[in-house]
Amino acid sequence: MTADHSIRPFSISVHAARLAYAGALLFDALDVTLPAGQTTCLLGPSGVGKTSLLRLVAGLEGAGVVRCSDDRPLRGRYAWMAQQDLLLPWLTVAGNLMLGARLRGERPDPARADGLLRLVGLAGRGDDRPASLSGGMRQRAALARTLMEDRPVVLMDEPFSALDAITRYQLQDAAAELLAGRTVMLVTHDPLEALRLGHRIHVMAGRPARLDEALEPAGAPPRDPRDPEILKLQAELLTRLASARAATA
Amino acid sequence: MSGRTGMPAPVRGLIVAAGLVAAWQAVVWLTGVPHYILPAPQAVLAALLDHAALLAENTGTTAAEILLGLAIGTLLGGASAMVMDYARVVRRWLMPVLVASQAVPVFALAPLLVLWLGYGMASKVAMATLIIYFPVTAAFLDGLRRTEPGWTDLARSMDASRWSALRHIRMPAALPSFASGLRVATAVAPIGAVVGEWVGSSSGLGHLMLNAIGRGQTDLMFAALSVLAVLAIALYFTIDRLLVRALPWVAESGVEDRINA
Repeated sequence: MTADHSIRPFSISVHAARLAYAGALLFDALDVTLPAGQTTCLLGPSGVGKTSLLRLVAGLEGAGVVRCSDDRPLRGRYAWMAQQDLLLPWLTVAGNLMLGARLRGERPDPARADGLLRLVGLAGRGDDRPASLSGGMRQRAALARTLMEDRPVVLMDEPFSALDAITRYQLQDAAAELLAGRTVMLVTHDPLEALRLGHRIHVMAGRPARLDEALEPAGAPPRDPRDPEILKLQAELLTRLASARAATA
Repeated sequence: MSGRTGMPAPVRGLIVAAGLVAAWQAVVWLTGVPHYILPAPQAVLAALLDHAALLAENTGTTAAEILLGLAIGTLLGGASAMVMDYARVVRRWLMPVLVASQAVPVFALAPLLVLWLGYGMASKVAMATLIIYFPVTAAFLDGLRRTEPGWTDLARSMDASRWSALRHIRMPAALPSFASGLRVATAVAPIGAVVGEWVGSSSGLGHLMLNAIGRGQTDLMFAALSVLAVLAIALYFTIDRLLVRALPWVAESGVEDRINA
């Protein structure tokens, strides 16, 4: 099987997504489109099914039709970053970054791994084991591993949640640059993060859950969080989230 | 860690050993038990020195049986676990047999093994292999089947083949379980070898012990027993150290952590 590394963006449409968990229907007949080369953010109360929807797109759980606009399967063309860092404890940090290449029997690229580690602020930590990193550093290593995959589609589940405010701000900038031109799905709890990085922002609510009409902030990411327009949208998103929580509980 | 408790573990071990020997000496003095029932510590030490060559020769036999049994049992157990993990059919048919076989007292097979494989080393190695096989297989298979699901998902998202995921993720992830199986195996391997020797043999520490008892050389039998004990303990600690060193990412799994806990 040959992996496609070219970044020729394509959109992904999810149709009739359905997931039952412990007898309860998390979502059913759910449709969502991830436009080509854009970042789609997913906000919503805890337990509404954001992570599951992301995993469904990745083909890891649930049922539904996931179609790429170029009519080829998504398998082998996306990178996935889970909420847990999933770093392998027996590999070094650099080894973790090159895991994908190793798993596919490709030649690893240590220079690229080094560059990405520098980008996420882990320069010089490549030879360390993950156990010696703090929670925030581990999350940054996981982010670097995801970017290392260099796929046209990136599915990320709260990639910056364990970071302090300043590091988060810097990494959002770095990520926005590297994610530009890719089709991205980003699950987050932070409305401001969605407004900084997303082309389209959905709030997921209800049981079974639905997606509301996407909010589309003006301008290209990464946006300035001090922009009054962004702050106004944040207030709107907070209102939507509050009613989403009421609808889901 | 040892620094906090004040005294290093080896020193504590030596003190306990000295205490046991002192208690042994006290029993001999207080009860006046005849030397052919319970020889005094210094009589055993004398026998140890007098028969050093004889003991060394038989220790070599027993050690070889233990190590061979350990090697073969570990290899077979590891391979079986991988095959059973890989092929569901094999697992479904073999697992009940394996579990049921654990209910059979393996020692009862010793006479049969001697009958089939003779008085030499083969029957003892087979005995040791047999009792090692299950703990190793069960522990490794358990480890393989309990891979962190997130890692399996990650492998899938990275488009890994089944074999590649097994080799790069599930096998290393199962190594700590494999190591605990190996620790159990190391502890029981000497039992297999010695039981095999008791049933029928021409050399080995078990053989020497039986002969010494038969001839009323209780001091020699105690000497052989202490050599066996030291051999087993040394083997256990060596394997444990090697495992701790081979799996540096596994926190606090070694026997030293348990000792110093």
